[in-house]
Amino acid sequence: MTDTPVTSSRTSLRAWLEAPAASTPRQARAQAAWRGWKRLLANRAALAGLIVLILLVVIAAIGPLLTPYSPMSQDLSVRLQPPSMLHPLGTDDLGRDIMTRILYGARITLMMALLVALIAGPIGLIMGATAGYLGGWFDIVAMRLVDIFLSFPSLILALAFVAALGPGIENAVIAIALSAWPPIARLARAEALTVRKSDYIAASRLQGASSTRLILRHVMPICLPSVVIRITLNMAGIILTAAGLGFLGLGAQPPSPEWGAMLASGRQFMLTNWWLAATPGAAIMLVSLAFNLLGDGLRDVLDPRDE
Amino acid sequence: MSASDLAGSAASNQSAPSIRWGRVAREVLRTVASVLVTILGLLALTFFIGRLLPLDPVLAILGDDASQEAYDRMVVQLGLDKPLWQQFLTYVVNSLQFDFGTSLTSGKPVTEDILRVFPATLELATVAMILGTGLGIPLGVIAAANRDTWIDQVVRVLSLIGYSAPIFWLGLLGLTVFYAGLGWVGGPGRIDILYQYDLTPRTGLYLIDSALAGRWDIFADVFSRIVLPASILAYGAMAYISRMTRSFMLEQFSQEYIVAARAKGASRTQMIWSHAFPNIAVQLVTVVALSYAFLLEGAVLTETVFAWPGFGRYLTTALLRADMNAVLGCTLVVGLIFITLNLLCDIFYRAFDPRTR
Repeated sequence: MTDTPVTSSRTSLRAWLEAPAASTPRQARAQAAWRGWKRLLANRAALAGLIVLILLVVIAAIGPLLTPYSPMSQDLSVRLQPPSMLHPLGTDDLGRDIMTRILYGARITLMMALLVALIAGPIGLIMGATAGYLGGWFDIVAMRLVDIFLSFPSLILALAFVAALGPGIENAVIAIALSAWPPIARLARAEALTVRKSDYIAASRLQGASSTRLILRHVMPICLPSVVIRITLNMAGIILTAAGLGFLGLGAQPPSPEWGAMLASGRQFMLTNWWLAATPGAAIMLVSLAFNLLGDGLRDVLDPRDE
Repeated sequence: MSASDLAGSAASNQSAPSIRWGRVAREVLRTVASVLVTILGLLALTFFIGRLLPLDPVLAILGDDASQEAYDRMVVQLGLDKPLWQQFLTYVVNSLQFDFGTSLTSGKPVTEDILRVFPATLELATVAMILGTGLGIPLGVIAAANRDTWIDQVVRVLSLIGYSAPIFWLGLLGLTVFYAGLGWVGGPGRIDILYQYDLTPRTGLYLIDSALAGRWDIFADVFSRIVLPASILAYGAMAYISRMTRSFMLEQFSQEYIVAARAKGASRTQMIWSHAFPNIAVQLVTVVALSYAFLLEGAVLTETVFAWPGFGRYLTTALLRADMNAVLGCTLVVGLIFITLNLLCDIFYRAFDPRTR
C-alpha cells in the first residue's frame, strides 16, 4: 500500500492512472476502469444517455423547487389549457399542471426502476453465483427454473403476478422484479462457472473457507460488474413494463402522476388536447432511450471485440 | 431411455450414417424430456401464481354474503378441501386437456374464449411480422454493408427509437395523426359494424375471409383498420430484426471466405447476397420466430389502444376483473406458444445448419 500515490495533485493521479505498467493489482484495476470510462466518454451516444439520466436524477431530486404548483392540486378554472408561459406543458382535465406532474412522475419512475433493480439484482446474483459455483442438482434445478420463467414474455409474466397480487405500485414492482431476475441469474452463473476452478478459489478452500464464504466473498464480487451492466441494459425494458402496467391500470393508480397512468387518463382527450397523453409518453421514451444508449455504450466498453 | 442408449452405443461402433441415427434418437429423447419438464414447471408456476391470490376464490364466485353451507359446498366443488399436491395433480391433468376452467366474466370455458379471440391476434401479428421482417432484414443488411456511415447511423437511430418508445403511446399518436388528422387509415376495431354480420367466418382471419367471399369492399375496410396497429407492432419487431441482421452480417464480413470471394473478384452485391446472406439465413429464422412470439407481448398493449378484439384485450379485461382462470389460461397459452416456437427453431437449426452437427 506504500506505493499508493498522494492524490492531492491532479496530475499525479492521472499519471498513476495512465502509467504504462501497473505496479499493484489495485492500480491495474483502477487503470482498467479508467480506460473503460474514457472509452465510454468517447462514445457520444452513451455520453448523451448518461447526461440525460443525470439530468433526470437531478430533476427528480429538486423537482418541487422548479415549479410553483403541486402535482395533485386541482384548479378547474384552468382545465385543459394548451402549453403557455404559465403552464409550459399545458394542464390536464382537472386543471393540474402537466409539467409539475411529469417532474414528480420522474421520481416514481426512477424509484420503481431502482427498486426492481434492488430486488431482482441480488436474487439473480445469488441464484446464479450459487448455481454456477455449486453445480450439481442445485444448478440443474435453478437453471430449469430460469428456463421456465424465460418461457414467458416479461410483460405477460408481470401481468399474471399483478393479477394475483392485486393492482398497485408496490405489487407492480414485485411483479416486474419477479420477471426480471432470470436473465441476471443466467449471466451470473456463466461468470461463476469461469472462476469456480480458479487457483485462488482452490486456495481459499484449502484454507478452510466454507462454500457460503467462497460464494459471498470470492465468486459474487467477480459476477457483480457484469450483473450491474446487465441491469442497466434491462432498465429500459423495466421502465417500459412499469409504464405499460400503469397504462393498463394495474400499476400506479390515478391520481398518482406516474407517466403510464397519466397517459392512460389523458387518452380520452387525445383528439382535442393531444398534449395530455403525448407529453408523458415522450418522457417515458426519453428515459428509456437514455438507458438504451448508455447500455449500448457500456456493452461496447466491456466487449472490445468490435474494435 | 435405455433402449436409445443401447442403440447409440451399438451404432457408435459402426459406420458414419448409423452413428448419426443413434445420436438423433438420443437427442430427440433428451429434447422431449426437457420440454416435458419445462411444461410441468410452467404449470407449477401458474398454479403457484393462482395460490398467491390474496382474495378468496370462493368468495370471488359466490359474493361476500354467501351462507356458510354454500361456501362449504363451493370449497368441495372447487376441490379446495383436498391436499395441495392433489389439487396440483388435478390442475395438471385438466390443463393438459386444455381445460382451464370457466371464465368468471364470460361464463364460458376459457379455452373456448381463447379460441374465439385468437384469430384476431394471429392476423394482426402475422401482418406485423411480414412488415417487420420485410423491412428489418434489408435494413440490417444495408446498415452492415455501410458500416459507420450515415446510413448505418440512421438505421441505428430508427431501431433505437423502436426499442425505446412505449408501443401504446405510438399507437395513440398514430391514431391521432393518421386516423383523426389525415384520415388515411380506418379507425379502431377490426371491422366496421355494418360489415360485421355480413362476413361468414371461415378462417377467422378477416382479410382471408373477405377475399374468399369476394367481398372486396369488406377487404378494403379490414385492411384500412389493420394497417396502423400492424405497422406499430411491426416497428418493434423491425428494430430487433434489423439489429440482429446487422450484427450477424458483420460477423460474416469478418470471415476469411469473404476476403477470398472479394479477392476472386466477386462484386459487392454478390458478396453480400450470394456469399454472406445465405450463411445467416438459418440464424435469422430463429430471430424472426422469437420476435413473432414477442409480438404477443406487444399485442396486449396495442390491442388495448386499438380496441382490437383479440387475445391481448381478452387478457387485460380478465386482469381488470380479477378473472384468474382466464388470466392463468392465457398465461399458460403464451408460455406454450413460446416453448413450441423455441422447439421448432431448435429442430430447424439442427436440420438446416450443418455447423450445429
